[in-house]
Amino acid sequence: MKTLALLIFLVFAGAAYAVEPREMLQDPALEARAREVSQQLRCVVCQNETIDESDAEIARDMRLLLRARILAGDSNEDVIAFLVSRYGDYVLLKPRFMASTYLLWFGPFIVLAIGAFVVYRRLRGTPAAAPAPLTPEEKAALEELAPGERTP
Amino acid sequence: MTDHATSPARPRRWPYILPLAVVLALGGVFAKRLSDISGGYDPLVIPTVLLSTPAPEFDLPPLPGYGDALTTADLKGKVSLINIWGSWCAACTVEHPLLMEIAKSGELPIYGIAWRDQPDRSIAWLERHGNPYTKIGQDPKSQAIIGLGVVAAPESFLIDKEGIIRYKVAGIITREEWREKIQPLIAELSK
Repeated sequence: MKTLALLIFLVFAGAAYAVEPREMLQDPALEARAREVSQQLRCVVCQNETIDESDAEIARDMRLLLRARILAGDSNEDVIAFLVSRYGDYVLLKPRFMASTYLLWFGPFIVLAIGAFVVYRRLRGTPAAAPAPLTPEEKAALEELAPGERTP
Repeated sequence: MTDHATSPARPRRWPYILPLAVVLALGGVFAKRLSDISGGYDPLVIPTVLLSTPAPEFDLPPLPGYGDALTTADLKGKVSLINIWGSWCAACTVEHPLLMEIAKSGELPIYGIAWRDQPDRSIAWLERHGNPYTKIGQDPKSQAIIGLGVVAAPESFLIDKEGIIRYKVAGIITREEWREKIQPLIAELSK
């Protein structure tokens, strides 16, 4: 029974967030904005984790800083722009759409197009009809070359 | 493929060439990246966007017994080096002898930012290893750190007379980098 309960809890356990209660802002609306911003920012020491989820100390410091900025009246875009101005586009978890990321954004579609082309060529390449049956002369010639061979 | 029925014996080469071409292309990419890494490129280092921009505004409290507060105003008028360190930072101990030599030579002031550290631990570390810093500011909450786009200690920034960031070292300053890259830059910026 205990095991079952544990399994149920594990199945329904939400993602664990690194945000500690004492980090949170008093105003729920501002806190919600802070969470929204921090979920778009990439932790600078852990490659593929948001600063919202990361336990890294620098991620916590960035969470505190963005909350301080939101309290001071910055918009979400201002906060993100500030961190991008310090750490570059690296801090954006979702890469921006620009010349250097075109390959990233279009890559899957290019691969899909190549795949579609290959499939198209293969389907087109199959002969639509079976070749014409052999004439009696051809059958005779074949019988002479390979006696007993079955012919279509 | 319209000629398929008339010349069925013609071999189709591209299904065999394509995988080979893909493997060769990937191999080329991997070889390039690996040679970059052996040439000193570190994929964990985030390229800095701060070069040629002014150092961010900061006003850091002093370390008791080690002079006044460290502010952005200190960076004006002289080429200087900002060094991020902490008593918890093992790599900083490795870098430290070079900083001591630079300080001794009087080549340029080194400003230390004691990152996320207890003041007594910073002081104990400096007493044990020696103090290369002209001035030290404490940054327990990473304000100047985030302003400088720092990821991990140690990191160092070469600042020109106008307070503009001219060079960044992520990690330990090696003697080679100091001699071949930073010293010529200091000479140029000091003109």
